[in-house]
Amino acid sequence: MKNIAVIFGKQLSDTIRNKTILIQFLMFPVLVIIMENAVKIEDMPEHFFAKLFAVMFVGMAPLTCMSAIISEEKEKNTLRVLLMSNVKPGEYLIGTGAYVFVMCAVGMAVFAAVGGYGGMELVRFIAVMSAGIILSELTGAVIGLFSRNQMTATSISVPIMMVIAFLPMLSMFNDTIKSVARVTYSQQISELISDIRNSPASAESIAVIAVNFALAVILFITAYRKKGLE
Amino acid sequence: MSSSITARGISISFGGRTVLNGIDLDIQSGEIFGLLGPSGAGKTTLIKILTGQLEQDSGTAVINGTDSRRLSGEERRRFGITMDNFGIYERLSCYENLKVIAGIYGVGKAEIYAALEKVGLADAAKTPAGRLSKGMTVRLKLARAFMSDPDILFLDEPTSGLDPVSAGEIRGMILAEKERGKTVFLTTHTMTEAEKLCGSIALLNEGKIVEYGAPEEICRRYDHQRMLKIHLTDGNEIALPHNRNSADKIAELIGSGRAETIHTTEPDLETVFMEITGKELSA
Repeated sequence: MKNIAVIFGKQLSDTIRNKTILIQFLMFPVLVIIMENAVKIEDMPEHFFAKLFAVMFVGMAPLTCMSAIISEEKEKNTLRVLLMSNVKPGEYLIGTGAYVFVMCAVGMAVFAAVGGYGGMELVRFIAVMSAGIILSELTGAVIGLFSRNQMTATSISVPIMMVIAFLPMLSMFNDTIKSVARVTYSQQISELISDIRNSPASAESIAVIAVNFALAVILFITAYRKKGLE
Repeated sequence: MSSSITARGISISFGGRTVLNGIDLDIQSGEIFGLLGPSGAGKTTLIKILTGQLEQDSGTAVINGTDSRRLSGEERRRFGITMDNFGIYERLSCYENLKVIAGIYGVGKAEIYAALEKVGLADAAKTPAGRLSKGMTVRLKLARAFMSDPDILFLDEPTSGLDPVSAGEIRGMILAEKERGKTVFLTTHTMTEAEKLCGSIALLNEGKIVEYGAPEEICRRYDHQRMLKIHLTDGNEIALPHNRNSADKIAELIGSGRAETIHTTEPDLETVFMEITGKELSA
């Protein structure tokens, strides 16, 4: 637990000064405040931007941050120093994952406030967003484990992130894309957030998210066994 | 004195290429041991094996009585390592860099400042590590290794690429650690450094130890390399082998008044290494 706290604190001090990472945490929360207040179009669904950007945020920030942090530590050999100093790989991954989650939770709070959620809706919103953040973190960690350096991590994470983050938006305009997007957790998260006021979570959404989660865990274990943290 | 580090028959290969082949070592507690060899000789690989970062194909390495493959967290804490490929957090200050490791080892603020003071970085405590010069970066890495007050220090080419002043200061720090009773395992390809610092050395070439012992002992074994250097009155210098065959030539030079000074030159580690391997140590 002590080492997890040290890793959490280190990531906080380090990446808070890393503009590339910081922008990932801030971009959509700032954008949603601006867009919700600046753009008012007739017949636009209520809190359209809050719902849209929340899904993009979930698809982008945790994924890119996890992969960037892990790959940078591998590239610069700071991870080797931590592992030689008795930090277990699991402690490192939990500490880093917890840090990314907390930073994303701050963004989530902004979306909740802008979206005007309260009571059970807020509980559902937090649950849905948290599931998405964890799934994206796992995906990001897999990319980080497979990448030797930041450049490789970026070249892998950008297309994956684009698919996860933008598919729900594109599916609004095209039914074929929508039918493909249904198998992704981001599409289900988008649908759950859209319907958060009207109905409980659909069985399909829960099933797709569960399958995505299982796949991410299997991928993560495979990547870890194959590559470790070295 | 007891052995801090013992290696018996350490061998390792990568992709069919033998990197270390049957390495035997006995490093006494409280001594500075130097592992010398050209780049690619296997020095860093040996440090990785001794510190448990890498597992050998065969042989055993024992550190403070424990097999290097089974070092516990507490045992690892008893040695400090600086390697060229050990990174620093460039965005964090020197103090924050040490604080990360201090948090893991349960070392307090006072020890962090003491370590910075020891390596002469107290004034740079708040400077981001990315803005440090190469010499200061080495000092920061040394501070990180010194901080938990380890029994054994593994220093992988700590003066490599440094200017003579910085290198001299780092050597001073290493000697100070020896004075405090620490065992130092030093790798270098600078023979003068080894001669100045080390109680015993091993010359490593293509994964094999080709000579082992005290530097002066090793040089004495190659006494036939001793030369006589004669400085002539015309400004030229000639070198003759240190044996009877040179006597007539020297007598002639003295008799003709052409010899100004005569010196004997002992073989140094560079010469010894050249004789054994046909290669330069600093290659």
